[in-house]
Amino acid sequence: MKFKALTAVAALLAAPLAYAGGPDDDTLVVNEEVEMATKVAAPAHMSDTGIDTIMSGWHFRTDETQSLQMDDFENPSMIFVDQAVDYFETVDGTEGKSCASCHESVEEFAGLSATMPKMIDGKLTTMEDLLNSHRAEAMGAEPWKWSSAEMQALVALIGLQSRGMPMNVAIDGDAAPYWEQGKEMYYTRYGQLELSCANCHEENYGNFIRADHLSQGQINGFPTYRLKQAKLISRHNRFRGCIRDTRGETFAEGSDEFRALELYVASRGNGLSVETPAVRQ
Amino acid sequence: MRLTTITAAVTLVAGVAVAETVAPGDVQFTEYGEVTQSLTGQPGDAERGKTVFSSRSKGNCVACHAVAQLADVPFHGEVGPELTWTGEVRSAEELRGIVANAKMMFEGTVMPAFYKTTGFTRPGDGYTGKAAAGDLAPILTAQEIEDVVAFLLTLQEG
Ligand code: HEC
Ligand code: HEC
Ligand code: HEC
Repeated sequence: MKFKALTAVAALLAAPLAYAGGPDDDTLVVNEEVEMATKVAAPAHMSDTGIDTIMSGWHFRTDETQSLQMDDFENPSMIFVDQAVDYFETVDGTEGKSCASCHESVEEFAGLSATMPKMIDGKLTTMEDLLNSHRAEAMGAEPWKWSSAEMQALVALIGLQSRGMPMNVAIDGDAAPYWEQGKEMYYTRYGQLELSCANCHEENYGNFIRADHLSQGQINGFPTYRLKQAKLISRHNRFRGCIRDTRGETFAEGSDEFRALELYVASRGNGLSVETPAVRQ
Repeated sequence: MRLTTITAAVTLVAGVAVAETVAPGDVQFTEYGEVTQSLTGQPGDAERGKTVFSSRSKGNCVACHAVAQLADVPFHGEVGPELTWTGEVRSAEELRGIVANAKMMFEGTVMPAFYKTTGFTRPGDGYTGKAAAGDLAPILTAQEIEDVVAFLLTLQEG
């Protein structure tokens, strides 16, 4: 029995090595020219999390999924991004204007997504908020649904203008209370399974949960193309799915709670390259 | 002496016959987080316990635990320890306590409580994402807990 127990312990110790995937050591270069910072030192505010290196979700995917993100001709998101390019020039709403009526090119938004969400006029504002308020005020057009194809395609197109730039959302000043709210949510154990974001994405990244290889739950690549759903997925849609999977009552896309959570999760990626539009399983 | 034995046996039988299912709120944990009393008074069925362990809609234990004896079940997780030898190292009492509410033994553990109905933050209606409608049922029934404990006890090497 004693001998057996020892064997068991030895085998137990050895087992994780045999199974554990962990993040891989590959390098993400897009179109053979833009090298992404996919592993960087964690921002100072994460000093008490036990994570010293933050990592892109790209490192946790299979080689096949990874390669789709390395070449824009293979990246299935680009179909939607192209549609957004068309949309940018399409007149919509009562004012008879398109985005292009006032904005010469989408390139003028370079750098913007790396700082979103951010405080604008005292309100925590996401890219979706910006686009919808713009449609309403500048164009007289109806708001889009948060996760609609049009909305996420345009969020992706604007995000693409910041690809390769470091995430850099502000968490101080008037953003601080929202950031605190988001942080509290991140550590709340939701649902009947009583699981927090941190239980999976901080304590267990690198481990498999059933067939899923857990990442750090970063949003620097959003909107991402999910192969499983064959479309662009919004940040809030992903949050919703993760809370639902705790057998919990989730929050609505576009809710103030998810805005706050988005700010906090984005800040855990400060320093990683914007990878929009990323490809995930 | 003989008489006593018989009386004891009779009491035992009677005990089993009148035993009622212990409700989630009435489960008694020892200070180490064990549950000494069967939740149903009925022996567990290891074969059914294996299904509870493996199936996504029941315990889905395999999502977090690898078990060598379940080679036919795809995708074993690694969030929790491998349980290939758990029947050698843990008693039925410990295992019942761990499955009913692992937080009584491992403070703050990631492992969910499978026989608990209150004290949740934003409990949902299963996996719908909607709010729970009325009282929650525990994730596993009392008998399913006993079945899964019986299965765990079979996990021994060789
Ligand atoms: C009637 C003119 C007009 C139209 C039409 C218009 N915009 Fe704007 N947009 C502006 C002006 C002026 C600003 C700068 C002032 C401001 O932030 O409101 C701006 C700012 C923005 C910003 C924020 C830039 C920053 O750095 O903060 C974004 C993003 C944007 N527009 C996107 C769009 C998109 C996408 C469309 C089409 C759906 C659109 N705009 C349509 C006039 C317009
Ligand atoms: C039960 C474990 C679990 C919990 C709890 C959980 N997630 Fe996830 N999450 C996953 C899995 C599995 C995936 C898909 C694989 C991966 O990227 O980790 C995922 C993916 C994500 C992604 C996409 C990452 C990428 O690179 O595309 C984000 C963002 C995310 N989760 C955020 C959250 C947030 C925020 C919370 C808390 C509200 C949360 N998750 C709670 C399991 C979980
Ligand atoms: C979300 C992941 C998760 C799920 C699902 C889960 N467990 Fe666990 N389990 C754990 C973790 C983590 C531990 C380690 C306890 C600790 O120290 O926190 C554990 C510990 C255990 C142990 C004790 C191992 C030992 O001897 O120390 C047993 C037995 C066990 N689990 C059985 C089960 C059974 C049976 C189920 C399904 C009914 C289950 N687990 C579901 C995560 C999980």
